Amino acid sequence: MTLAERILARASGRDRVSAGEFVVADIDLALMHDIFAAQVLDLLVDAGVSDVFEPDKTVVVIDHLVPAPSAEAANIHHRIRRHVERLGINAFYDAGEGICHQLLPERGHVRPGMLIVGTDSHTTTYGALGAAGTGIGTSDMVYALATGRLWFRVPETIRFELTGDLAPAVSWKDVILSLAGRFGADGAQYRSMEFAGPAIGNADMSSRLTVSNMAVEMGAKFGLFPADEITDAYLRDHGGSGSEAFGPDPDAEYEAIHEISLSSLPPQVAMPHEVDRVGSVEEVEGLDIDQAFLGSCTNGRIEDLRVAAEILHGQHISPGVRLLVAPASRAVLQEAMRTGVLASLVDAGAVILAPGCGPCFGGHGGLLGPNERCIGTHNRNFIGRMGSPQAEIYLASPATVAASALAGHIADPRRLEVARAG
Amino acid sequence: MQAEALRGRVWRFDHDISTDVLSPGQYAVDPVEVRKLHVLESVNPAFAPGVQPGDVIVAGRNFGCGSSRETAAENLLALGVACVVAESLSRLFTRNAVAVGLPVVVCHGILEAFADGDDIEVDLGTGRVVNLTSGASRQGESLPEEMREILAAGGILAVLRSQKPVDVSRRQH
Repeated sequence: MTLAERILARASGRDRVSAGEFVVADIDLALMHDIFAAQVLDLLVDAGVSDVFEPDKTVVVIDHLVPAPSAEAANIHHRIRRHVERLGINAFYDAGEGICHQLLPERGHVRPGMLIVGTDSHTTTYGALGAAGTGIGTSDMVYALATGRLWFRVPETIRFELTGDLAPAVSWKDVILSLAGRFGADGAQYRSMEFAGPAIGNADMSSRLTVSNMAVEMGAKFGLFPADEITDAYLRDHGGSGSEAFGPDPDAEYEAIHEISLSSLPPQVAMPHEVDRVGSVEEVEGLDIDQAFLGSCTNGRIEDLRVAAEILHGQHISPGVRLLVAPASRAVLQEAMRTGVLASLVDAGAVILAPGCGPCFGGHGGLLGPNERCIGTHNRNFIGRMGSPQAEIYLASPATVAASALAGHIADPRRLEVARAG
Repeated sequence: MQAEALRGRVWRFDHDISTDVLSPGQYAVDPVEVRKLHVLESVNPAFAPGVQPGDVIVAGRNFGCGSSRETAAENLLALGVACVVAESLSRLFTRNAVAVGLPVVVCHGILEAFADGDDIEVDLGTGRVVNLTSGASRQGESLPEEMREILAAGGILAVLRSQKPVDVSRRQH
């Protein structure tokens, strides 16, 4: 069985399942954030269920509208806090703690082999730790909370065998953007993506979280890495015991296997208005920008901020460019403070936003006006995503975004590497 | 499940219609009466004011890509859209459409077979799609039985209400 099949078989109490089957599976962890939690918990009460199926398997995070940008948002947060208290949900992270997809791994909620549902499409992020995470809507979440179970179609799996070392200034964000460009925004529609091959041994957990996060941008249901030594070390560092290796069976059946070398990959940029409209940074180099955004559940971790700080240290961003930085969690912000990363960014002209989703989903805090252009480390560049439908969003790695903020236009971070080396 | 044919007027959209245009983030926590006014406004501002109950959306590949927001499907239902027929549908949109009771059909070649304003007939049971204006027809894929049962019940919450009350305190794990 593939990783997806192994997890769904275990969760549905079956010895074996295979792609195409429908199963009813027990949910190991259910996540809600502030856009949907109040509505879900209201509906749960309306449905006549007086208690959350198991409060300890439920995590609620206030991360999207942080701090509350409107009276309505504040009221929604109030309703969420009341529900959380009444239902006895212990795993509750209030405004400012961080983005759900950062907090769940960081605070030790995610273990390899788990089946996790969340009212957010980027719930695929947990695949980085070998957990089958996937997004669901509010009605499905009410059903999952009320019964502890949910129906699933066992997905076909596409395996990506990755080889080769990344070039300097190229990151795993560039890898997942290139996969989206090559296979398309529906290239893994309703499929599980499984990452394998020697190259993943060089991908730290931060990089894996970036890749699994964006699996959904190719339509995937899951974006799974096997659990290995890197997973084990991360789990030990984040409040839990380690984990044994967890991978697919050797005789697992795949819909397709793609062997891909990463060694000659240049920095990638997704262009407006599709995540799969991807090219090398050279194709768009020189385009003036109004805003640069460093953050989101894709690339708001300390590793991402550090890369940007190294590029910006001792310099100032280009006049007329706004650089917004939203650390993915309070812990990330604290680490950035302790290590001087924050000072480098602020001194360079960055505006630091509250740990949270920030402007990524177009809610508030850094939206774009007509004809403005933004390059960001986030995950979506759909039309109207960050405000005006006339605005343009480019997606790239933290290095490319920092290099662009410095230059005032989309810039190739490899040139900085050359400059520093020389 | 009995064969169910529905007829309506077509609104045609291109590929990759995302949840950001079906349910823009700026109105994420607004009530449905507000949200439905902004559906698809960035790609066709005439849609939300002009759509009539029973109208059908015909779209290209990857319809509903992006967010998990169920409001993408709920907004269409609130506007009276009877069905979405697309070259392909995002997983999350499919799941949410089923969950709220909005019928969907995947049908290759649908985009070239329809123009805005054509009359369409969709058989949800067989997946057969006919252009009543031009006479063209296409064979789509009806949803699997498991999903159609939820649709027929009126959505996943209706399924939940019809089940025996769940005593969560005694649930075994």
